[in-house]
Amino acid sequence: MKKYLVSTVAAAALMLGATAVQAQDVDPNAKPGGEIVITYKDDVATLDPAIGYDWQNWSMIKSLFDGLMDYKPGTTELVPDLAESYEISPDGQTFTFKLRPGVKFHNGREMTAEDVKYSIDRVVNPVTQSPGQGFFASIKGYDEAAAGKSDGLSGITVVDPLTIKFELTRPDATFLHVMAINFSHVVPKEEVEKYGADFGKHPVGTGAYKLAEWTLGQRVVFEKNPDHWHKGLPYLDKITFEIGQEPIVALLRLQKGEIDVPGDGIPPAKFQEVMNDPEQKARVVEGGQLHTGYVTMNVNIPPFDNVKVRQAVNMAINKERIVQLINNRAVPANQPLPPSMPGYVKDYKGYPFDPAKAKELLAEAGQPDGFSTDLYVMNTDPNPRIAQGIQQDLAAIGIKANIQALAQANVIAAGGEKEGAPMIWSGGMAWIADFPDPSNFYGPILGCGGAVPGGWNWSWYCNEDLDKKAAEADSIVDPAKAEERNKMWGDIYMKIMEDAPWAPIFNEQRFTMKSARMGGADNLYVDPVHIPINYDNVYVKDVQ
Amino acid sequence: MIAYLGRRIVQSVLILLGISIITFALLYLLPADPVRQIAGRSATPATVESIRRQLGLDQPFLVQYGRYLWNLLQGDLGRSYIQRSEVSQLILARLPATLLLMVGAIVCELLIGLTMGLAAAVRRGSRTDNSLMVASFVGVSAPQFVVGLLLLYIFAVRLGWFPIGGYGTFRHLVLPSLTVGIMGAGWYARMMRSSMVDVLHQDYIRTARAKGLGRLKVLVRHALPNAILPIVAMVGIDIGILMGGIVVVESVFGWPGIGQLVWQAIQRVDIPIIMGVTLVSALAIVLGNLFADLVAPFIDPRIKLR
Repeated sequence: MKKYLVSTVAAAALMLGATAVQAQDVDPNAKPGGEIVITYKDDVATLDPAIGYDWQNWSMIKSLFDGLMDYKPGTTELVPDLAESYEISPDGQTFTFKLRPGVKFHNGREMTAEDVKYSIDRVVNPVTQSPGQGFFASIKGYDEAAAGKSDGLSGITVVDPLTIKFELTRPDATFLHVMAINFSHVVPKEEVEKYGADFGKHPVGTGAYKLAEWTLGQRVVFEKNPDHWHKGLPYLDKITFEIGQEPIVALLRLQKGEIDVPGDGIPPAKFQEVMNDPEQKARVVEGGQLHTGYVTMNVNIPPFDNVKVRQAVNMAINKERIVQLINNRAVPANQPLPPSMPGYVKDYKGYPFDPAKAKELLAEAGQPDGFSTDLYVMNTDPNPRIAQGIQQDLAAIGIKANIQALAQANVIAAGGEKEGAPMIWSGGMAWIADFPDPSNFYGPILGCGGAVPGGWNWSWYCNEDLDKKAAEADSIVDPAKAEERNKMWGDIYMKIMEDAPWAPIFNEQRFTMKSARMGGADNLYVDPVHIPINYDNVYVKDVQ
Repeated sequence: MIAYLGRRIVQSVLILLGISIITFALLYLLPADPVRQIAGRSATPATVESIRRQLGLDQPFLVQYGRYLWNLLQGDLGRSYIQRSEVSQLILARLPATLLLMVGAIVCELLIGLTMGLAAAVRRGSRTDNSLMVASFVGVSAPQFVVGLLLLYIFAVRLGWFPIGGYGTFRHLVLPSLTVGIMGAGWYARMMRSSMVDVLHQDYIRTARAKGLGRLKVLVRHALPNAILPIVAMVGIDIGILMGGIVVVESVFGWPGIGQLVWQAIQRVDIPIIMGVTLVSALAIVLGNLFADLVAPFIDPRIKLR
């Protein structure tokens, strides 16, 4: 039923374009109706798309709001959403979107291009204090708007109520992804002004669900938006998010049939038990995640300024064994990108586990007897255990790593100092992609831009040549050349592996457990963008 | 009495002020940067600095504290960094649940603790006494996390008598109250026992018995009122201990109180919430102590408030 057309031939005619008749498929097996219960331990912080930036509210916001672009459910494939079609100028610096007509906000008003402009101006406005401000840096007029010196972005033009044009200061291949992240989701001005800073507790969007109830600390209830522009979606009448449930309690309740999905996942201590029970295991869906766990080595702190030492660390760590430490809830990694990310280099073998060779490299680096250093780690399970595994492996080649187990915020603070932390195990703070594009693993965590005080590039690795190559790759906007661009990114990450500022350890797998009554394709339960599940497209099998 | 009350109120305000300065300073000195938590990992340094300015966190300590205090005096606890809602609203929404759990816990403590203590004191030295004191010791020492999960497993999962966590009805209240109460009950049992043993050795008890009063009557009319005095004072002080213990129990049972709120706030360096909950708890402790002192002369006329 997919009627999504991409007309790349139009490139020759100075235009690139895409048209969507139906952005998402409707599952013929799904019966509408019914309701489900999801549990979470922590409060839902906010449902304001300009503010919300944790994995819990990320997918909830996606169900209340829509953006110009979205992903085909369960995949990383970009499709137009509130946009009906878009055009990209040949220089890759102008994006024009035609909006879908007749889309209504939950308050009944029709959504127009003005709302799209307002929403993005709002995120960039410093008064909003949005964590997503920087995603829009390629739009013209960003610097003035972000500094609060202008009212909005001069690069966004409302051509007519259903057409909006973005002019960029540089070609940006990731721009369509930016139009799909929550920060660009469309909000109605009148509601934002009505509630002010409390809009996050009174969200009004165009999404498949609308907020029905929010009892602080207890539950958030979504109900079906009957006027949703996407006919046939969502299937469920109601979703209740119960807050304050420990993962272990949530699992007990799932086993008793009281809830449908424990949002925080299967507690590690119970993982083996669940997976050893065929009946429960059958209800666990496993999938990849856009995540890499890694050890950073600070290139400013000797002896990690020597590439041979960093390579030696890469060869000293037995990743297979570390994966076993966490009950095989991950797969060993050999490069920064996770396997499900475009640009991942499949035939790269990575550094072998070879302590003897590692010792040789240390000797060549003038450290035949090893040295003593600090390994920073977040203090919640399983991270200290993983750090101990790494510590043992390093001890085998003579590196004595003292484990500094600290609260998350303190590890992050140490990583952001130029000579703060020699080594950091990223667990619990590791990079999970904002959007499925290879560039997303570079800039803030491996590029020069992140190697600043307070940045996230904890290895402080800065290779200006690679920064140039990255900019070059990101200027290839033509979707037809996506393969070429992904290859360029793959090469960048291969060069990084040669310089070895990181020792990639593993890519976490996701395991979503659900009740027996839940239906829909497996990939909806390990959706790369909607975590834990794609609320809009799942259904229950026991409705009459 | 009035002068005493006035003095105590002034003292209480000073204590709260001191607590606010110390907490604010500790949070200020924290190596973790709250702005980084708000800004998230993709924020550029420019965004981080812009948020810092917006929140006034680029100002020196005294200016920040001064602003906080100024707002506080007007009843404004500020807005949460992460949730962006008013802290007073977030606390008010959760306060009833915490107060309810406290009442439940105090009832459990007193019921279990006093009964155990009384029984042990009356049968001092017997096997009953010994086993009760061992039980109270276990109650005091067992981590609440473990007790909570154990109760949850036995009475909710296995027997199905109570719901598995949550909030709303009387049945939801029983297990969390019991979990908090068991620890306190251990203390009360020991206090009650020693206090009662003391009293039972007093001359007037022997006199009462000698003049022909029944055992039970002596116990209830003469011994209990005197033995219970230190206990009442303790209930006031206990509010402080409960405030601390409730954090864990609220997490285990998914009890939507302020303990859960502050626990999450600590993880996310949400300073306005940490400050707000600390001040509210401090207020509860101060009021609890004041209550204990004020009530004492009614129970024991020998105590005079000056």
